[in-house]
Amino acid sequence: MTTAILLVGVGGQGTILASKILSEGLVSVGHDVKMSEIHGMSQRGGNVSTQIRYGDKVNSPIIGKGEADIIVAFEKMEALRWLEYLKPGGKMIVNDFEIPPAPVLMGVAAYPEGILEELSAKADVTTLRAGEIAERMGNARAMNIVLLGATVRAIAAVSDAIEGICWDEILRANIKPAFVELNTKAFTRGFEL
Amino acid sequence: MSEKKLMTGNEAVARGAWEAGLVFASAYPGTPSTEILENLVGYEDGPYTEWAPNEKVAMEAAIGASMAGVRSMATMKHVGVNVAADPLFTFAYTGVNGGMVLVSADDPGLHSSQNEQDNRHYADAAKLLMLEPSDSAEAKNYVKLGLELSERFDTPVLLRMTTRICHSKSLVPLDERTPVAYIPYERNIAKFVATPANARVMREKLIARFKDEQDYSNGEAVRLGVNRIEWASGQTEGERVGVVSAGAAYQYARDVFGDGASYLKLGVTWPMPIELVREFASGVDKLYVIEELDPYMEMKIKAAGIDCIGKEIIPEWDELNTDVVRRAVFGESAETLTADIKAVPRPPTLCAGCPHRGFFYGLSKRKDVVITGDIGCYTLGSAPPLSAMDSCFCMGGSISTGHGAAKAFEASGRDARIVAVIGDSTFFHSGVTSLMNVAYNGSRTVTIVMDNRITAMTGQQQNPGTGFTLQGEPAPQVDIPLLCEAIGINKDNIHVINPLNLDEVNKTLDHVLAAEEASVVITRWPCALKRFSAGDLAEFELERKVCVVDSEKCTRCKLCVKTGCPAIYGGEVVTINGDMCTGCDICIQICPFGAIREVTT
Repeated sequence: MTTAILLVGVGGQGTILASKILSEGLVSVGHDVKMSEIHGMSQRGGNVSTQIRYGDKVNSPIIGKGEADIIVAFEKMEALRWLEYLKPGGKMIVNDFEIPPAPVLMGVAAYPEGILEELSAKADVTTLRAGEIAERMGNARAMNIVLLGATVRAIAAVSDAIEGICWDEILRANIKPAFVELNTKAFTRGFEL
Repeated sequence: MSEKKLMTGNEAVARGAWEAGLVFASAYPGTPSTEILENLVGYEDGPYTEWAPNEKVAMEAAIGASMAGVRSMATMKHVGVNVAADPLFTFAYTGVNGGMVLVSADDPGLHSSQNEQDNRHYADAAKLLMLEPSDSAEAKNYVKLGLELSERFDTPVLLRMTTRICHSKSLVPLDERTPVAYIPYERNIAKFVATPANARVMREKLIARFKDEQDYSNGEAVRLGVNRIEWASGQTEGERVGVVSAGAAYQYARDVFGDGASYLKLGVTWPMPIELVREFASGVDKLYVIEELDPYMEMKIKAAGIDCIGKEIIPEWDELNTDVVRRAVFGESAETLTADIKAVPRPPTLCAGCPHRGFFYGLSKRKDVVITGDIGCYTLGSAPPLSAMDSCFCMGGSISTGHGAAKAFEASGRDARIVAVIGDSTFFHSGVTSLMNVAYNGSRTVTIVMDNRITAMTGQQQNPGTGFTLQGEPAPQVDIPLLCEAIGINKDNIHVINPLNLDEVNKTLDHVLAAEEASVVITRWPCALKRFSAGDLAEFELERKVCVVDSEKCTRCKLCVKTGCPAIYGGEVVTINGDMCTGCDICIQICPFGAIREVTT
């Protein structure tokens, strides 16, 4: 039995770091874990996806359509783009945050309206404003860790997979000392939402 | 039990090379291979590592290190092997002294490449023992095994990776570094001097070696579990299913066929262990070959007279995944949710503050120019709204394809001008010889060297023009104007400009497009993502500024939006994202109403 978590967003949003921390947490309590990421063009404003699968024995490092147990969208429209990867009955966490893509910036396409309503009508969706939460805590860049906290909460709600993980330790190992305190708080905040 | 660590395939290759006592590694950056050397450089007491100007140089340097008696490695993306193929083929003839592994990182699905060629064919063509890992632990083990086999069979070994192996993390058991004694170097003309007379003998040995390598693939590799049969239990006679697979495809096959099928999992795919395949095939009733891209294994299996199902059902293009394999084999897909509204595509763009934008904006306004492009961030100059590019083939190709097109236009009496655009690192890679040809054979080509002071597209690697090595140590810098002059470009036709100054861009374009002979424009400004060096800070005005729109003066003409800058949002009101903007000023220079100003942050 494997569980699949898909984190999607836009280059620069910190999805890869969040995925790395989550993966290391899962490894620390004995799960077999595979995580796949695509770099390259993503740094130039393209979309980014990182995929995590964990369980007793994981084969494929990537998640197919209809296979993700949880999708965490760091950007609203990316949630829409990746919806078909969600397993029916799966959970979606959506950051209510817009990053207009090039065609929208140039005025040749409109950023779709009613995304949250549409997603909520189709799936079990939790929405949060992680950008604002992180900003109020002192640094908008901690948005990814707020979302990580929310993801961990969503995992905890359906399984005991994360029991015993010492998140403080894993955050410390992955984040520069000056930002550890902020990010630890951001994680807790995301978890408690 | 040894410590286990979550590693990408690239990190694991670096770890394996370190553990195996590697002494020398050289590479040219290329997605998805780049992080191998970036990780290897971090090991204490690790091997000597370097960025080479191109893959051929990296390969040759690794050959030299092997010949001198140490374990060596060259790493590159799939198309890089095309560049390195010349020395590679002959090195397969001479064989090694210290073990040598060539890592080819293929890119099925073209995540970040111009083609999705299947480099397993190089093993066939050059007769290279080939290993294909299916996860990070195997990637680490196969580097070590590859170096051993290289020494044992006196051959370079091809370690064939793919994007999903390079960039996926899985658990890797760690071992310590085992230093390997240097092999003494002695002059051996018959072995290493590939004259026709010597190479004929080498060729015979190369052919003879195949038998030993095939025995290994069918025998010892099986005992080691590198090639292995995983028999399913309890299959019904007449309905037994077997799957031959390797690399990432094995993982997808495992998920799709589950425990109900038997597997022949191959780590050594050249030579193919045909006797092992035959044994496996005789124990199943239906045999599938699941592999990405070309029918490489399938053709060999079918040529041996073994019946199997492969590319009749499995796509020959794009990367595979469980969904694709399941649909192909069982005709079924997972149930999915679909939204009634569609997401807008999110194509990559030149970054806010990218120095290429200023130059491409100026160039995009020119009529009757044919713009031959090259491989790098500036290939994004082909995207709307700039759309300033006619072609892009390969590293270094812009100048030489431009030269050929210029000659053709001249011969056919057409008066379009050729502008070849190439980045600094790409120019050093293989553009210099092309420019030499332009000068030598005299075409009126305008060559633009977009010198953003770093190898940007692959994630900020140093190169011979930046003044630093892979380790960040100071190094001599190529003087591009002097180099151009030295290879025959008239000094008066070499211009160094600031690409973010549109007036300078336009005047220079007027000048070079009117010139009667070849000219070169070097657009010199650092990449917006670069961590600036002291030299950059001294040379360029890089203080952080931000542009803001005065909504009173803005008429919403959206000229600024047509620069394609991702920081400018042309909605109801035009706004500039202060977090992204670097104050490059391009929008200020083109705003006819003086509605954008700059503030220091």
